[in-house]
Amino acid sequence: MVTLKVNGQDHVYDGDTAVPLLWVIRDELGLTGTKFGCGKGLCGSCTVHLDGVAVRSCQMAVSEAGGKAIVTIEGLDPEGNHPVQRAWRETSAPQCGYCHAGQIMQAAALLAATPKPSDSDILTAMAGNICRCGCYQRIAEAVRLASTGV
Amino acid sequence: MTHMFETIAIPPGCVANVSRRFVMKGIVGSGALVIGASILPRPAMSAWSTGAGKMPGGTINDPHVYVAIDPSGLVTIITNRSEMGTGVRTSLPMIVADEMEADWSRVRVAQAPGDEKKYGNQDTDGSRSVRHWVEPMRQCGAAMRAMLEQAAATRWGVAVAEVRAENHKVVHLGSGNMLGYGELARAASALPTPSADSLKLKDPRNFRYIGTGSIPIVDLHDITTGKATYGIDAKIPGMKFAVIARPPVVGGKLVSFDATEALKVPGVEKVVEVRAWPWPSKFMPVGGVAVIARNTGCAIIGRDKLKVVWDNGPNAGYDSVAFRRQMEQTAANACKVVRNDGDAEGALKSAARVVTAQYYVPHLAHASMEPPTAVVNVFQGKPGTQCVAYAPTQSPGGCRDDLAKVLDIPVENVTVNVTLLGGGFGRKSKWDYVLEAALLSKATGAPIKVVWTREDDILHDFYHTVSVERIDAGVDASGKVIGWRHRSVAPTIKSTFQAGADYEAPFELGMGLVDNPFNIPNLRCENGRCEAHTRIGWFRSVSNIPHAFAVQSMVGEIAAALGRDPKDVLLELLGPDRIVDPRKSPDVADYWNYGDPFETYPIDTGRLRRVTEIAAEQAGWDKPLPKGEGLGIAVHRSFLTYVATVAHVAVDDKGTLRIPRVDTAIDCGFHVNPERIRSQIEGAAVMGLSLTKHGKITFKDGRPEQSNFDGFGVARIDDAPLDVRVHIVPANWDVPSSGVGEPGLPPFAPALCNAIFAATGKRIRSLPIGDQLKT
Repeated sequence: MVTLKVNGQDHVYDGDTAVPLLWVIRDELGLTGTKFGCGKGLCGSCTVHLDGVAVRSCQMAVSEAGGKAIVTIEGLDPEGNHPVQRAWRETSAPQCGYCHAGQIMQAAALLAATPKPSDSDILTAMAGNICRCGCYQRIAEAVRLASTGV
Repeated sequence: MTHMFETIAIPPGCVANVSRRFVMKGIVGSGALVIGASILPRPAMSAWSTGAGKMPGGTINDPHVYVAIDPSGLVTIITNRSEMGTGVRTSLPMIVADEMEADWSRVRVAQAPGDEKKYGNQDTDGSRSVRHWVEPMRQCGAAMRAMLEQAAATRWGVAVAEVRAENHKVVHLGSGNMLGYGELARAASALPTPSADSLKLKDPRNFRYIGTGSIPIVDLHDITTGKATYGIDAKIPGMKFAVIARPPVVGGKLVSFDATEALKVPGVEKVVEVRAWPWPSKFMPVGGVAVIARNTGCAIIGRDKLKVVWDNGPNAGYDSVAFRRQMEQTAANACKVVRNDGDAEGALKSAARVVTAQYYVPHLAHASMEPPTAVVNVFQGKPGTQCVAYAPTQSPGGCRDDLAKVLDIPVENVTVNVTLLGGGFGRKSKWDYVLEAALLSKATGAPIKVVWTREDDILHDFYHTVSVERIDAGVDASGKVIGWRHRSVAPTIKSTFQAGADYEAPFELGMGLVDNPFNIPNLRCENGRCEAHTRIGWFRSVSNIPHAFAVQSMVGEIAAALGRDPKDVLLELLGPDRIVDPRKSPDVADYWNYGDPFETYPIDTGRLRRVTEIAAEQAGWDKPLPKGEGLGIAVHRSFLTYVATVAHVAVDDKGTLRIPRVDTAIDCGFHVNPERIRSQIEGAAVMGLSLTKHGKITFKDGRPEQSNFDGFGVARIDDAPLDVRVHIVPANWDVPSSGVGEPGLPPFAPALCNAIFAATGKRIRSLPIGDQLKT
């Protein structure tokens, strides 16, 4: 039994707490904006914020997340208007869009810690997030745009 | 994809009916709208003839099927194609909206479920969606516009010539009276579809959306807020979550299993055997053992505890190292002749010098970010057993037919709802994962979501083929290429459908081998016998990848041998502007022109030349570059589209590769959404880098040696090209639309490797590059 604080709401999960946080968020809480991509922390699709820091929810047992403030893509901004989200739309960054919730959460965490990242900061911070459609050019552009004001 | 088989029997389990004729039921109103004349006869309106009519389901252009107008004025346009990142879910409705003079801000897009009788062909593959549907969708919009105008004219009691539809309303030209589309909805939708010859398509100068690139994809906001629904996100109340242990070797089967420990895992509810279809298994499940749980995480933990005994079957010895040697031996000797112009053997013998090279491209996995997944509910309803699926599928029609077959229920009892696809690249043209979920739902009596883990995806893919391409080019004393012999050896996709298929099919030979456009008098193509030992499937661009890599790398090799500029040699090989018709070449059997008429889509070397020149000029081909930097060029026609790429690379003294810039010129004829064309080409450069630098699937003891993104490498943002410049050749309606999703990929690998050669003098012939540049 573990209580999860997700997007400001408490949820009680009464199942196996060895299960990765990702699957509880998706399958038990129904918050499917957070995506499964690899299950090994290699692709970043499942990125959420844990106490403000970007983490891979596929690599964290749900027991480790208890009591911490978890933010998913659904909770990033009440209107979906976080600067990163707006920059993403401004640049028409997505193709299929599947990995983009993770990309956006990673970018938002980067900008929270480093509001004016250099190009090199952006590439380093985003290198853990795979986009198989290959939207990287626009992702880099969107993060730059979000950091300079949309 | 199945229609690609034009010369062999259509494999059972696949849709193929080229002569369906349908009665249609509309979405707009009552059954009164079923009209005999609702298929507009194509020839009357046709600007170009395409192969669309030969696809299962053909095309439908009736607004009674595709358009609904609400009394409030809200226009709903149905899209019959799957969205996997190309933007087609936006582009096709946009065509209808433009032609019917709808205001895009008052248009809603709805996704058609799988029903090819109603919606026409629904296979989103082969870079065909715009090329086959731009005209039917224009006709559909034009017909809806005519119906709205007729309804307004009738209401006002004036001649229809006196009214004009304009941005969501109809105007009476004499009086200036106006009626909104909402006000006309009921009357317009009660009208029969006008006859084809009465329709007038818009003057392209009056397009509001087509060609402007101003309309963002309809799912953009939902994607950025996590609300977009992919297959893996679909929910059916009461659903359970399943993962499956599958035979580790293709052709293997389950012997026995012990689920005792798996069932002890908290949250695991059931363990069920999944029915297997024998090798070659087509798109059917390969079987295995499913663990069903309260969430996917519990199911995965449970699966790890299964004890399973497999019989690995006849492919257990598949070994990529040995297989490559065998393919190279095949390529060293004469193979089956598949094109034979002049006397290539004689020319090679008499040549002043012969340039020989052999190229290798390994198996690749699709690795779409959303793995295969589906939610299916099989339940007792009225009448009888019903099946409702939510699936990220490129082929909802074929999927629906096979669901009906495996469940042994009428196809009318099966609904396939198409979700967004988190990437497809050809993997999701195969619907095995949807059938798995259906079998499990039937077995358990609950809705089931099947999720393939990344390991499942990479270990059990329908892989891109593996290939050895050997080219011998003979050059005379003046430096002119007089002879060319290209041997291609690769397991065929046909082997996934037909036991023992061991030569490339016409649709594979037609992707960059026998359609070679070069102006060489003695040109011979051969195909070596090669058996498949795993499932081979369509991967974005398919056989164009290895064929273009070899042909366009060879151009660079010839230029190097002659000490000449590679672009000049390329243009010389393309020769004078002309139509190359492989059907006229000796020994070309069943030439496959992407399923479309050659007369509409000939091989035009003038268009190849033009994109080559544009890419070179835009890239600044002759600009001086520092040491360690270089430009490489390649051009290739695929999916009836002409694409040239110039890659600019920088390789430092440790062998680290950077790609400061890519220039790609694309000529895809009349086009709808240039903004999404750009994004497809930007993406093709990244996927191109993935397969050139990182990607490989190798087999040992019948099993892939890679299982996740740690072994199967893909490009990341810190090594990707981030300055891809796309130059789209403008085209009017008189240049038939051709493909966009795939043709950007084939020229990338040879352009990059030609650039690496220019920068370093090192010629890459074996993909991926991996550590080959490390010093």
